[in-house]
Amino acid sequence: MYKKLLATTAALTTMAALPAVAQDCPIKVGVLHSLSGTMAISETTLKDTMEMLVEQQNAAGGVLGCQLEAVVVDPASDWPLFAEKARELLTVHEVDVIFGNWTSVSRKSVLPVIEELNGLLFYPVQYEGEESSKNVFYTGAAPNQQAIPATDYFLEELEVEKFALLGTDYVYPRTTNNILESYLQQKGIPAEDIFVNYTPFGHSDWSKIVADVVALGADGKKVGVISTINGDANVGFYKELAAAGISADDIPVVAFSVGEEELSGLDTSNLVGHLAAWNYFQSADTEANEAWIDAWKARMGDERVTNDPMEAHYIGFNMWVNAATAAGSTDVDAVRTAMYGQEFPNLTGGTAIMLPNHHLAKPVLIGEILEDGQFDIISQTEEVPGDAWTDFLPESAVLVSDWKELGCGMYNTDTSTCVQIKSNY
Amino acid sequence: MTNVALDTAPARQPTFLLISNPSVLIFLACLAIFTLGVTVLAEGFGIGVISTSFVKTLGKTLCLCLVALAMDLVWGYCGILSLGHMAFFGIGGYAIGMWLMYARTEIIVVQSLSAAPLPPTTQEISDGIAAQIFGVVGASEFPPIWAVAHSLPLQLAAVVLVPGLLALVFGWLAFRSRVTGVYLSILTQAMTLALSLYLFQNDSGLRGNNGLSGLQNLPGLGDVPQSTVSIWFFWASALALGLGYLLCVWVVSGKFGSVIRAIRDDESRVRFLGYPVEAYKLFIFTITAVIAGIAGALYYPQAGIINPAEIAPIASIYLAVWVAIGGRGRLYGAVIGAAFVSLLSTYFTGGQAPDINLGFYTIQWVNWWTVLLGLSFVVVTLFAPKGLGGLFDFIASKRSPSRHGADLGPDAGALREKEAET
Amino acid sequence: MSVLRQFCAALVSVLLIAFAAPLAAQNADAPIQRLLQEHGEIIAKSSRRTIGPAIDALADSGLLEAQAVLERWQAKEMWFDKEAGLFVYAEEIDRHTIRAFDFADGTELGEFEDKGFKQLKPNSGIRGLIGAALVRFQLNDPNPSARAAALIAIERDADESHLAALRAVKETEDNPRLRERIDRLERILTIRFAEDDAERIAAIESFNGDLGVDVRAVLNPLVVTSLDAAKTLPNDPDVVGQVEYGTERLSAEDAYELLVTKELAVPRITRGDQKAALIANIDVDAVAGIEVASLNTVTARDMAYAALAREGAVEPAATAAEVAHAFDVYVFFERYRNASPAVAIAAQAVLTGIENKVALNQTIDLGLDALSLASIYFLAAIGLAITFGVMGVINMAHGEFIMMGAYTGYVVQLFIPDYTLSIMVAIPLAFAVTFGAGVAMERLVIRWLYHRPLETLLATFGISIALQQLAKNIFGTQARPLTAPGWLDGSLVFNDIVSISYIRIAIFVLALLFLALFLIVMNRTRLGLEVRAVTQNPRMAASMGINPDRINMLTFGFGSGIAGIAGVAIGLYAKVTSEMGSDYIVQSFMTVVVGGVGNIWGTLLGATMVGTMQKGIEWLNPSNTLAAQTYMILFIILFIQFRPKGIIALKGRAAEA
Repeated sequence: MYKKLLATTAALTTMAALPAVAQDCPIKVGVLHSLSGTMAISETTLKDTMEMLVEQQNAAGGVLGCQLEAVVVDPASDWPLFAEKARELLTVHEVDVIFGNWTSVSRKSVLPVIEELNGLLFYPVQYEGEESSKNVFYTGAAPNQQAIPATDYFLEELEVEKFALLGTDYVYPRTTNNILESYLQQKGIPAEDIFVNYTPFGHSDWSKIVADVVALGADGKKVGVISTINGDANVGFYKELAAAGISADDIPVVAFSVGEEELSGLDTSNLVGHLAAWNYFQSADTEANEAWIDAWKARMGDERVTNDPMEAHYIGFNMWVNAATAAGSTDVDAVRTAMYGQEFPNLTGGTAIMLPNHHLAKPVLIGEILEDGQFDIISQTEEVPGDAWTDFLPESAVLVSDWKELGCGMYNTDTSTCVQIKSNY
Repeated sequence: MTNVALDTAPARQPTFLLISNPSVLIFLACLAIFTLGVTVLAEGFGIGVISTSFVKTLGKTLCLCLVALAMDLVWGYCGILSLGHMAFFGIGGYAIGMWLMYARTEIIVVQSLSAAPLPPTTQEISDGIAAQIFGVVGASEFPPIWAVAHSLPLQLAAVVLVPGLLALVFGWLAFRSRVTGVYLSILTQAMTLALSLYLFQNDSGLRGNNGLSGLQNLPGLGDVPQSTVSIWFFWASALALGLGYLLCVWVVSGKFGSVIRAIRDDESRVRFLGYPVEAYKLFIFTITAVIAGIAGALYYPQAGIINPAEIAPIASIYLAVWVAIGGRGRLYGAVIGAAFVSLLSTYFTGGQAPDINLGFYTIQWVNWWTVLLGLSFVVVTLFAPKGLGGLFDFIASKRSPSRHGADLGPDAGALREKEAET
Repeated sequence: MSVLRQFCAALVSVLLIAFAAPLAAQNADAPIQRLLQEHGEIIAKSSRRTIGPAIDALADSGLLEAQAVLERWQAKEMWFDKEAGLFVYAEEIDRHTIRAFDFADGTELGEFEDKGFKQLKPNSGIRGLIGAALVRFQLNDPNPSARAAALIAIERDADESHLAALRAVKETEDNPRLRERIDRLERILTIRFAEDDAERIAAIESFNGDLGVDVRAVLNPLVVTSLDAAKTLPNDPDVVGQVEYGTERLSAEDAYELLVTKELAVPRITRGDQKAALIANIDVDAVAGIEVASLNTVTARDMAYAALAREGAVEPAATAAEVAHAFDVYVFFERYRNASPAVAIAAQAVLTGIENKVALNQTIDLGLDALSLASIYFLAAIGLAITFGVMGVINMAHGEFIMMGAYTGYVVQLFIPDYTLSIMVAIPLAFAVTFGAGVAMERLVIRWLYHRPLETLLATFGISIALQQLAKNIFGTQARPLTAPGWLDGSLVFNDIVSISYIRIAIFVLALLFLALFLIVMNRTRLGLEVRAVTQNPRMAASMGINPDRINMLTFGFGSGIAGIAGVAIGLYAKVTSEMGSDYIVQSFMTVVVGGVGNIWGTLLGATMVGTMQKGIEWLNPSNTLAAQTYMILFIILFIQFRPKGIIALKGRAAEA
């Protein structure tokens, strides 16, 4: 009994100690991105982004009169290590906020730790939705901010009638394709006109799959490919598309995981006209973006490109700085409350707003691949509010997330009850 | 030292096992002191010098030591370089993870359904759990593999039985057709690859690439802080390691131990002497798989998440490397190797190690640690085949003259691995 | 800094505008400009759904400039001058400046900063519509390539008017190849748009046995059927035939659903609806007299619902007997939906013939794919066949030699921009680099471990992870481009189904070359003789004056060098990353072991078997490539259990060497 009491007290003091420490200088910002292993390809860039943002902020005077200090740890693309490093950041380094993670599985690994220790995580990558944690702000796109608008574009502008949903076999493509299948069927596309295929990470033998996609056109319907193929596998996929002579006018491909960074790995001359949907493209023509690109190139070298998750960190970090300033503290709960309704200009123009469901309202851009590996933005929507729970799956349609009014991330509007306070992992 | 002492003075009765093996006592004493020390220093019941995350790291390291022990038994003593033991480790983790996820989700679902106007049917509860668990991977039905996930005893049985049975079937097939040496290594590696590719598929019913997560939250014990839970698991891991060590010592001592070492040294000769070599190998292969499964079942609740990447072939190769660095053919060597390398890895990948500035280039350990690790395998195999354990020999031989037989030295006749020369 | 930059930019723009102003005397009243202004709003909105009238108006305007405007627009060269509210066409000079021209007479209006202009970017849907509208101008264009462009536009996006247009130019076309395409296109459009059934049937029958996707694309919609139900099978010409329920074509649920939608049967109630009905009828704490707390089983809920139905509170749901009766009474059948019966039947007949041919060709294509995959596996494994197969050295770093070769190719392309030349340089260089690396590794590590294969495995594995990380440190973690020369772009097309990319053919040829090289070196040269001697009996070989050390070193270098060349080839077809080697290492070992160690023909057979198996399983389960890999490995494991020495087992003395 005594022991238990002691333990509880100890735990309470740790909890209580966090905000007290937060007032001290310097303010620590945790950076939880893999610097080695498979995900290092994408995540190292974000670590550099965070270091640059912290430096810029320090040059501008820091936050609350304190300098910021970036605490960088390497979870080495190892999912259990993400949880361990997150715990280390929160309890050993006592950081006030964490920017990090890429891929849903790493986030799901970190979630229980962040929720247990009441940390604050900014997740910068597009993801499959179906989640809203009290302790996470999702600055990447939810499916309705990327997949659904892109599909609408296919349906309305390109009049695609038959869909090939190609993805890497993991949770983001699975869930996204699930939502899209349901969405397309609601739009009147029969189930047999939706072809779904999953390939392993790093898949390289694409000839059969490309041939299958071409064969889909045999019943006279216009075919479009929605690609959630991840990382390296795209290189082989696009090479095979080019070899098969498939032009974007015959079978357009819209990708959700291919950005400037991925295109720098291949010769794009044969891919001109294929599409990608993001909330940011380097080619966006605004002054803020130009300054951002210049700063990035000055730091990292001329050949480096900027991409969507970088912008997500840019917005997330600046919103956090503003929220901490508004709250007058870096205490997690105070900052969280101050985050709702925060506004910050996007690099692509317009303003991002943080919603009470911890998602951003951002514009959706669709770009066509150009010869130089950049994207030509051909469509830009108004700001779309991110939706934690999709409206296109029956189980999720009844759920909403509202941490401000309802104090619940998984609220069932049918039964008017909060399903759970902690999130699903 | 341990086993070799037994060779010269075989312990006929198990009661003498500990007495004739001072090193076992030393090991157990060290383990006990270590456990006690960590408990006192940790946050859960002690003064809080050691953070909870480090307690978890230490607990996990103990589990890795246990699986390294199994690896040493199968490779260092029996000469089977299995590149599949981390697969058994992972299976153990999956088995316990299924129950942890199911039970935890069940509590949430029952609670949320209790507010509904109609009391839920069993089907509705089960559907609710399935939607929670598989919602993230775009499914909502329980695959058949989850049939007994609701029952802790059955899943605990699975921790032991599934790796055991898999090892039994695989080993029986392989040993029966006399697949030995490097061929066996490659075959076990293929088995591991097949298993991890299978688990990577969503259709496997184990949430594909996402795996099982949130395992650190024990069902029904949501209010117990992780600092306490981590100590519980630390104790359990230490206990398992202690028991596992005793089991291994018992297996390798006596006549049985001599036979399996003889199989390692010259399989054909043992066979001609009339021993059922295959049965011995199968026994060792299976029992080590079971130990690996138990280690995994203790490891993953501390890690919090298990997914197919954990089972990838490289993990099993690392396991072999730990044992090699620690010194194979001696049980404490495996423990030292696993603890040493995995803790060092934690240190270097944690970003705490200071960068070395060479003036023209800055060595960042995050980038160069793996290079160093890789090269250290080469150095150990070439120059220190006895591994870190060899240091103990070095110290011991200073004090007393060598009393034991042939070693695992580079060109010693004892380890010719003749079968692989073809 | 940035303030200064902005100031400079502003200064430049002021100067530019001041300079350009006198020139910008664009005629706002020109007919073409007026036409554009009229549709300005929908042009600016740039959506395929609404753009139609603007394109039609331009195309039908009869203005000479219309064609040019459409072409500029299609090429994303049309801009909108925000200040003047006029459309111009322009070319970009640099990031911030454009040179604008007047549509009406093509006069240059001057250089402007692009801030005041908005580029109109028609999406590919709109570009397709513009292309279709341009057809009428282009079909009679003296330039054959313009006529070809028109044909492509029709192929992509045909409408009814194109049929007449094609028929009009059919006789006058003098280019034989274009004429052939016009003829084919005209028949296809006839099937789609012609009024007369006889004409359509004739066109359909002209395509008998044609494998083109376009033919199937036009025929398939004609034979689409819809389901219907009636008490007896009607004797109408459009009825295709009866369909049994409870089959794959029509599940029992769907069949009953069909009856319900046709109001031939009473709907069943779903569990969800039942629950909602029960909740709606809760009376204090009971439903129809049954306690709410007891409603936690399906039977209790059924009883409560039935009780409610008896009370008249809810609609009674269909009982099992009613459902069974409905199935007894009605038959289900299909009707042609999109075409008259005669046309549909003709199309079906032609399609059936085509489908058989398609199936045959798909098998051939699958065979080609399998062959190509086999050659890739063979290429990856051939170096291993030398180091492992001949020398018995387990080299886990083999994959990293492949990677080194690929990175060599990448580095060469950095220095030699000409792709053909760079590949010519890269191949020998990759061989040299990996040969050197192999020799170094053999000298430093492997030769100390010849009698300890298991430890070789560990040591080379250590080298493998060190090399991988080293590559990451040097080249970064992004995939690097390795681009094939232009003559390897595209694919060899036999017909619309069977095709194979040139790069895969090149890999196949390379694999054959390596096989030949291996055979020549091993069987026809002094080196090969010595290698075989050393392999079989090193001591005897040494006593005959052969230096086994030197031979081992050269053999290992040779095997590694071949891996380097394979790396260039694999990098060309897939990707260059630090992890590319580990993708191939297990498969390569499998290939060698399955084939039988020590025999190159075995490796060839092994690769063929692995490749074919994988493609075969993929074909059986097309939606899941991962499953194919899993089952293939399982199969190999089983195969080795029953044939531990591989397909071609060495016999006699060689086996004991």
